[in-house]
Amino acid sequence: MPDQGLAGSRIREKRLDRGLRQAAVAESVGISPSYLNLIEHNRRRIGGKLLADLARVLEVDTVLLADGVDSDTLDQMRGAAAAIGGAVEVERTEELAARYPGWGGLIADQARKITALEEKSRVLADRIAYDPQLAGSLHEVISAVSAIRSSASILVGPEELDQDWQRRFHENIHNDSLRLADSSEALIAYLEVPEAVLEQSGSPFEVVESYLDQSGFHISAIEDGADPAAVLKQADLQGPAEAVLRQFLHGYAADVSALPLARFEKTCRKYHYDPAAIAQSLHVPLAMVMRRMAQLPPDQGHPPMGLVICDAAGALTFIKSVPGFTMPRSGGACSLWPLFGALSRPHQPIRLEVEMPAPNATRFLCFALAEPIGPAAFDAPPALQSMMLVLPDPPETGSVPYPVGLSCRICPRNDCPSRREPALKGIAPQAEL
Amino acid sequence: MGKRVLLIEDEPNIIEAISFILSRDGWTVHTHEDGTSAMDKVLAFPPDMIILDVMLPGRSGFDILRDLRGNAVTQQTPVMMLTARGQEKDRELAMRLGASLFMTKPFSNSEVRDHVRDLMEA
Repeated sequence: MPDQGLAGSRIREKRLDRGLRQAAVAESVGISPSYLNLIEHNRRRIGGKLLADLARVLEVDTVLLADGVDSDTLDQMRGAAAAIGGAVEVERTEELAARYPGWGGLIADQARKITALEEKSRVLADRIAYDPQLAGSLHEVISAVSAIRSSASILVGPEELDQDWQRRFHENIHNDSLRLADSSEALIAYLEVPEAVLEQSGSPFEVVESYLDQSGFHISAIEDGADPAAVLKQADLQGPAEAVLRQFLHGYAADVSALPLARFEKTCRKYHYDPAAIAQSLHVPLAMVMRRMAQLPPDQGHPPMGLVICDAAGALTFIKSVPGFTMPRSGGACSLWPLFGALSRPHQPIRLEVEMPAPNATRFLCFALAEPIGPAAFDAPPALQSMMLVLPDPPETGSVPYPVGLSCRICPRNDCPSRREPALKGIAPQAEL
Repeated sequence: MGKRVLLIEDEPNIIEAISFILSRDGWTVHTHEDGTSAMDKVLAFPPDMIILDVMLPGRSGFDILRDLRGNAVTQQTPVMMLTARGQEKDRELAMRLGASLFMTKPFSNSEVRDHVRDLMEA
């Protein structure tokens, strides 16, 4: 939804999207870079001619800067286009959301609900197809029905039965009817059980990420030494999401124990958020530093940092988004991100500056590392996990950023050798559906 | 003495009902309830025909069918699968493994009797 109070943040986003330097934009509209910096951090109000001038330089509608659309909504709308497809004008997403914020919100909400419903369908389908308890219950019902039908047919058949046989089959029908009643009740009770699972609004990972997002992925209680079990209880998540959060909180507490916040924040600032330098200074593993950087408090002036983790198959098990950066769980993420490249080079840290496609040509500095997880074992392939820390808008170095995207379906790059499927109509003329 | 039918099934009341209708039709019916020792039973006293359930204690009817078709003694013995697992994939698997016929539960007594007659006469 629009937020009147964050015009400065939108100006900053637009400037970064277009790859423009702060000094250049400030000069174009006749203000100092430091004043533009204050505007971009929402410390100065803006309106009138200056807003119009900035809109002109940034090549956007003034209304878009003034009213704006939050990046989460835009990400969700673009994600919906990538996942669901059709003839969607993805390049005009922002315009749609700014002009019709209600419709934009509705599209984002519907995409969320569709994802949640798909997950519920998957849970139910798995339950029906693979659940041994359900298969056993159904088998019990069919067996009882079969025995009753067969015995009853004998009793009502045209041929004479002596009294002993009649009594035996009557008893059999009686016993099977009792068994059928019990197994039917058990089956109904079992089919009513999954409410707790189905009430969740997405995959367990998404439920946990939604919970962590409420506090900016920084959990003060764990930082202060609270028992992870107490935090878990307070979170009140159910089913598989509870198990995912439990594992996360125990890992978080272990990282806090090795890297207490005050010392870590100080070191981060000293080494300008360079994970390798911080790890070397504190004599701790690089992966731990990357995790802790994504857990820094959001209100202490640290730069925004995203973090994604995937397994050896590329399945995303953790996503902390930052403005301009997220990864789709469904629809297939762009394989060019160093997160995936690291999987082919375990133990080799990768530092890479990347750039999203125009017009949202946002740059990111990525630090990726793939390492085995779990205990080491002889003659068994390691279980690999890859992690990538993402810093938006890194200082310019003069080097050409590596091109990446969100998902092939909404990526305009025509000549990408890694394209796995055609783009939607109007996105990439030479790579359309 | 009629030809021998071996019914491998673990539901007592289904065993009793099928035994009754086939005995009354002139067949000599032997029964066995356990999947693990089913092959031993078959080889100890080879029947003229087998009615085989799929979900048995200890061993699946599909595994037993595979063994039956791999053994020279029982390679040609007619086998009628009788199961609560009526999905198409189960039927395909049974026929691929060499079942003579695939019947699903609940069944009609007359159908069972007619199929046994057909398979014995084939």
